[in-house]
Formats: sequence, C-alpha cells, structure tokens
Amino acid sequence: MERSLLESQTTGTDEFIKGLWRENPVFVQVLGMCPALAVSNSARNALAMGLATMFVLVMSNAVISALRRMIPKQVRIATYILVIATFVTVVDYVIQAISLDLHKALGAFIALIVVNCLILGRAEAFASKNSVGRSILDGFGMGGGFSFALLCLGAVREILGNGTLFGFQLFHDAFQSWVVMILPSGGFFTLAAWLLVFNAVKQRRDRPQSTVEGVAP
Amino acid sequence: MSSDPLWSIFVNACLINNFVLAYFLGICPFLGVSGKLATATRMGGAVSFVMLVSSVCAFGIQQLLLAIDAPYLRLISFIAVIASTVQLVEMFIKKVSPALFRTLGIFLPLITTNCAILGLALFQTNKGYDFVQCVVYALGAGSGFTLALVLMAGLREKLELAAVPDVVRGTALSLVLAGILSVAFMGFAGLGG
Repeated sequence: MERSLLESQTTGTDEFIKGLWRENPVFVQVLGMCPALAVSNSARNALAMGLATMFVLVMSNAVISALRRMIPKQVRIATYILVIATFVTVVDYVIQAISLDLHKALGAFIALIVVNCLILGRAEAFASKNSVGRSILDGFGMGGGFSFALLCLGAVREILGNGTLFGFQLFHDAFQSWVVMILPSGGFFTLAAWLLVFNAVKQRRDRPQSTVEGVAP
Repeated sequence: MSSDPLWSIFVNACLINNFVLAYFLGICPFLGVSGKLATATRMGGAVSFVMLVSSVCAFGIQQLLLAIDAPYLRLISFIAVIASTVQLVEMFIKKVSPALFRTLGIFLPLITTNCAILGLALFQTNKGYDFVQCVVYALGAGSGFTLALVLMAGLREKLELAAVPDVVRGTALSLVLAGILSVAFMGFAGLGG
C-alpha cells in the first residue's frame, strides 16, 4: 500500500515535470501555436495568456477526468469542447473584471482558447484515461510549460521590439528598437529561432548515442 | 452597425489583415497541410466553405442571443454550431464525392478546431457587421486563407529540393518562410483605406 502510494507520487511529479520541459507543448509538440504567436508581443500579455490557458487546462482536465466514465465515446469530443468552452467563458469574464486594459490587449484571443489544440489534446490523450489528481498535475505541468514558452517568446519580442521588459525600460534612449519584432512577422521569426535552439540542443544531446548518420527526423 | 463598404471589407479580410499571416489564426493547418499544392488547394476550399456556412449561422445565433439577452452563451453556442457544421459538411462530402472525402481524410474533422473559423465568427460579431457584410467578410477570410496556404505550399514544394542543414529542417524552416510571407503581406497595408 505504502509503496504504491510512493510510486504514484513519483510518477505524479513526473507528470508535472514532463510538461515543463521534455514534452513542452509549444517547443517540442508544436501545439497551440495560434495564441502563442498572436499575443506574445509583450511579456505581460504573454504571461496573462499563459495563466489563463493554464487555468482552463487544469479545470477542464479535472472535470473531464472526473466524468470520464460517464461520457459516451461517440460524443466525447463535443462534450470536451462544451466543458472547455464553459471555463473559457468564465476566464473571459474574470479577466474583464480584473483589468479592462488587458482584456482589450488580448482581444478575441481569450475566447479563442476554446480551439487551442493543446487543451483538447490533453483532454483526449490524458484526462480521459487518468485519475483526477494526475490529470490536474498534468494540467499544471502542461499549462506551466505553455506559460514558460509564451514568456520566452514575449520577453524576446518585447526586449528587441520595444527595449522594455514588463514595461521597464532596459536600454539607453539611443537604443534603436526592432519594429519588426512587434509586428506579426516577428512572432514567426522568434518562434523559429527558439525552435532552432531547441533542435540544436536536442541534436547535440542525441549525437553521442546514435551511430547512424544522416537519418531524417 | 458598421458602415464599411463591401470591397473594403473583402480586401481587408483577404490581404491586409490576412487571417493566417496577420492574425495568426489557423496556423495548425497552415503548417500541417501546406506540404503539397494539391492538398493545400482542396483544404482551402473546404475551410472557405465551412467559414461561409458558420458565418451565416453565427450571425443568426447572435441575433437570437441578443433577443433573449444571454450574451454569455455566445462562445458555447458558436463552437457547438461550428462543430455540427463540420460534421454536416463531412457527411455531405462523404455522400456526394467519396474520392474527395478520402483525399481530405483527417483534416476534415480537424476543421472544428481551426481557430480561423471561430475567430471569424467572433470578429464579425465584434465589428457589428450586417448580414451581407458578414457574407463578404467570410468570403474574404476564406480566400485569404486559401491564398496563404497555396503560396506556402508552392514555396515548400520548391524547398524540398534545396539543401538545408538538418537543424533547420521541419517546423523552424516553415516558420521562417511564414515570417517572410508575412513581411510581404505587410506591403498591402493601406490598400483598403
């Protein structure tokens, strides 16, 4: 009994950690790109979006996992989407109540959390098969990884495009900001650069183990 | 109510504020289906059609929700309608043209989670378009999506033959391409007035 508890605890931590780094939703699985690119033009927006997504992910994971034996298989996707849409509506109104500025800056992208493939993906791949506790941990891990990735994107774009981080000025007035980083194309370039970094790290780590050269990924 | 002229709505949705390259909507199919030119064209057609149908439905729902004073139901009803529209289109295509159904495969049901379609429904509501404006907006967004997808597929077919370092291959390369396309589309700014 005690041993199985210990085991489930260690795997529980693992569920949490894997979302942060090894299976990072944006950098490794390339899921949920639309919001990741659209609202990452400043670190503050990116963080808010990340936290909102994390909340929806945790709550929907919990509810779906609790209901997993009651949901008929044929209508499961529709059920998941309805559960997710409910929590997104909640988040939408909460953000509106906390800060109207933030709500304006994020615009329709709060509502678009519904169609974030990351959330539906976790519901289908994880929450529908695992217990409530593990699903919540998974939600926190994946949500944390998503927030982390968004923060990476948002920070780079804000520092280069505006010379600021969370609104604080970093450089001397003479700093010439890269306007392109704030524009939509900057989002594509920044994400491409981060993916390159991740690919390079992964390749360097894999190289000593693999003896086969030139295998296409 | 918005008073934009129809041509300006169309140009705006199609070129200036292209859904993929300026609003980042529908990135997943944009990166996933843009490998081959033929598939990209068909996918663009299917998405445009679903956009048109769901735009008309969303307009009706918005009027209904305004009438019964329940704006908090907007998101849930929109997504439910889009999901059922996609299901309907899927059944329709399966019945009428099994060949096309097989070519599109998994991408048909995935249109449900295409943010461009829900985005279109939300934007047209926020902008307060009337019925005709909604239809034109949907047509513009659909053709803009198809245009971006086809351009991207053309570029990627050429790049298949290029010698690229292993690290860059895959998503990173597609993203750089998309960034350059997006810079090119910025040239349309100011076109619609």
